[in-house]
Amino acid sequence: METKLRAVLPDQDLIRLYEQMVLSREFEESCAEQYTKGHITGFLHLYSGQEAVAVGATAGLHKDDYILSAYREHVQAIVRGAEPKRVMAELFGKATGICKGKGGSMHLFDPTLNFMGGYAIVGGQFPIAVGLAFAARYRGEDRLAACFFGDGAVNQGNFHESLNWARLWNLPVLFICENNFYGIGTEVHRSSALPDIHKRTCGYDIPSEKVDGMDVISVYQAVRHAAEWVREQSRPYLIEAVTYRFRGHSMADPAKYRSTAEHEMWKARDPLPSFGRRLVVEGIASQSHLDAILAKAQTTVQEAVTFAEQSPWPEDREVWEDIYV
Amino acid sequence: MSDMTYRDALNLALKEELRRDPSVVIWGEDVALYEGSFKVTRGLLAEFGEERVKDTPISENTIIGVAIGAAMGGVRPVVELMTVNFALLAMDQLVNHMTKIRYMFGGQTWLPMVVRAPGGGGSQLAAQHSQSLETFFMHCPGMYVAVPATPADARGLLKTAIRDNNPVVFLEHELLYNSRGEVPDDPEYLVPFGAASVLREGTDVTIVAYSRMSILALQAAVELEREGISCEVIDLRTLNPLDTATFIASVQKTGRAVVVEECWQMAGLGGHLAWLIHRDCFDTLLAPVNRVSGLDVPMPYSRKIEKLCIPQMETIAAAVRETLSQKY
Ligand SMILES: Cc1ncc(C[n+]2csc(CCOP(=O)(O)OP(=O)(O)O)c2C)c(N)n1
Ligand SMILES: [Mg+2]
Repeated sequence: METKLRAVLPDQDLIRLYEQMVLSREFEESCAEQYTKGHITGFLHLYSGQEAVAVGATAGLHKDDYILSAYREHVQAIVRGAEPKRVMAELFGKATGICKGKGGSMHLFDPTLNFMGGYAIVGGQFPIAVGLAFAARYRGEDRLAACFFGDGAVNQGNFHESLNWARLWNLPVLFICENNFYGIGTEVHRSSALPDIHKRTCGYDIPSEKVDGMDVISVYQAVRHAAEWVREQSRPYLIEAVTYRFRGHSMADPAKYRSTAEHEMWKARDPLPSFGRRLVVEGIASQSHLDAILAKAQTTVQEAVTFAEQSPWPEDREVWEDIYV
Repeated sequence: MSDMTYRDALNLALKEELRRDPSVVIWGEDVALYEGSFKVTRGLLAEFGEERVKDTPISENTIIGVAIGAAMGGVRPVVELMTVNFALLAMDQLVNHMTKIRYMFGGQTWLPMVVRAPGGGGSQLAAQHSQSLETFFMHCPGMYVAVPATPADARGLLKTAIRDNNPVVFLEHELLYNSRGEVPDDPEYLVPFGAASVLREGTDVTIVAYSRMSILALQAAVELEREGISCEVIDLRTLNPLDTATFIASVQKTGRAVVVEECWQMAGLGGHLAWLIHRDCFDTLLAPVNRVSGLDVPMPYSRKIEKLCIPQMETIAAAVRETLSQKY
């Protein structure tokens, strides 16, 4: 039987997890619409279906902890505290974007939130997370580096080099694999000799575990527990969160390589309605409260779109700015 | 002034900056216990300890990536790539990450880090250990590239590199480590980036070079003086920022130019220098810009034929004579 939610977190925190997941879904679906309208261009990788991972994990971390991710990172940034309107403006390529319109969807960054970037070279963020963890320890700061990555990234040399390094130097890095079973169109068992990703740390003497990435509470508990261990031991740890993306790899991908049955099976495990139901069943929120949360998220996203639309383009001189200090 | 080797000048710069700034750390393969494959990091582990001077695994891409993260987190890593050839394993972190992070994140962070890399040919190390890759780095915006030729510049440029808040690729020449020269004693001796030095003044022809090629150019100038040819030798010191003003002014004075590069000629940096000279000195040029480059071949091992592939003092002198015999 599932744990009772109130045994895990106070009501307002539980409701916040739900709010964050709903906002995330609304934001991503709105991005899809804006892409179709031609307001968002370039690559656009959406997170719908995976919300429980970013939301649960971020809740299990401290605000001082660094977060790094790949290119499917709008939600990680927003849940960490980035303003949806400035993220949307970034996606529109506007000067008011979180990175002045120079990064776009794949390169969100806000050091004031310790959100240390979205990286679009698969696996590029691994050593950078290790370096940030070193800096934290070297400077005597009580923080870890949480590094999100996909199942496709674990066959990069960087993954193995970074695991080895983090353990060798005993650095506080929490590796969080979002196993959504696909790297673009290639399913895990077609790219990994050992598809149980969490087992791949044994060559580096790094403890690891697998968690249900469709359940925000399971993710929260696993990350919180692991983060405490990482902090106390000053050693790396790896969590494999098993999840699913409801959309194609990017907006350009119709996801023909997945069966309808498989998709439907995962859709039935959608982390939003299942968590909403638990909130209602356990008497933490009423259905009308949940409806109000959805309405509020829709307003926030609509405001973000309006803000992005009305924001100015970057000045031409910006092309030469920010190359050197 | 003290007389010291290029190696000791670099070692002194590292020690001084480690003493001055506690955020400086030294990492690399075999840099700590073994004191560096070229012994540039001699004595550092003993003086500064395990947390500041660290051996790393043989994971070049990750060495650069970890340095990037550490730099973002407030540390100033000075990493050694055992040789520049191995930088090719780190091109993802060097080019896709190190030079992009500040820009794509809208200027919200900076990377105060130095990547030291010994390189160059001439030691019969064959094709995989003799490359001159300076053009690769110079080609990419977002990193500075320093190429010291003398012990004084080795010290002054390395100190500047460590204090600079931008990523710097610092290319040391393996055949210069034992070269000697006068080095200023001032602990604040800093050589600014983007300021070429006139190693020798002359009136007939300008030789533009960098790193070991500047030393060979200087030797060629001495040789040519006996023939009554007066060469001005410009040592670039940094390839990015590139001090064009100094060599342009010199060519405007002499009317002739020979650019020297150790790297391959095909799309090498010498072509870019030649274009700058043509663009800015077209009216004053008395002869086509001449160019001395490494041969476009993988480096052979045998010393008899290796020599053919790397510009020599004689090749530079011959190029100068050729230029003086030509007219537009
Ligand atoms: C080094 C590199 N190789 C290939 C690509 C192209 N690419 C972009 S995303 C991707 C799949 C990555 O899959 P995964 O890590 O599982 O992340 P997900 O998209 O599922 O979130 C590939 C191959 C890339 N961006 N970088
Ligand atoms: Mg995947």
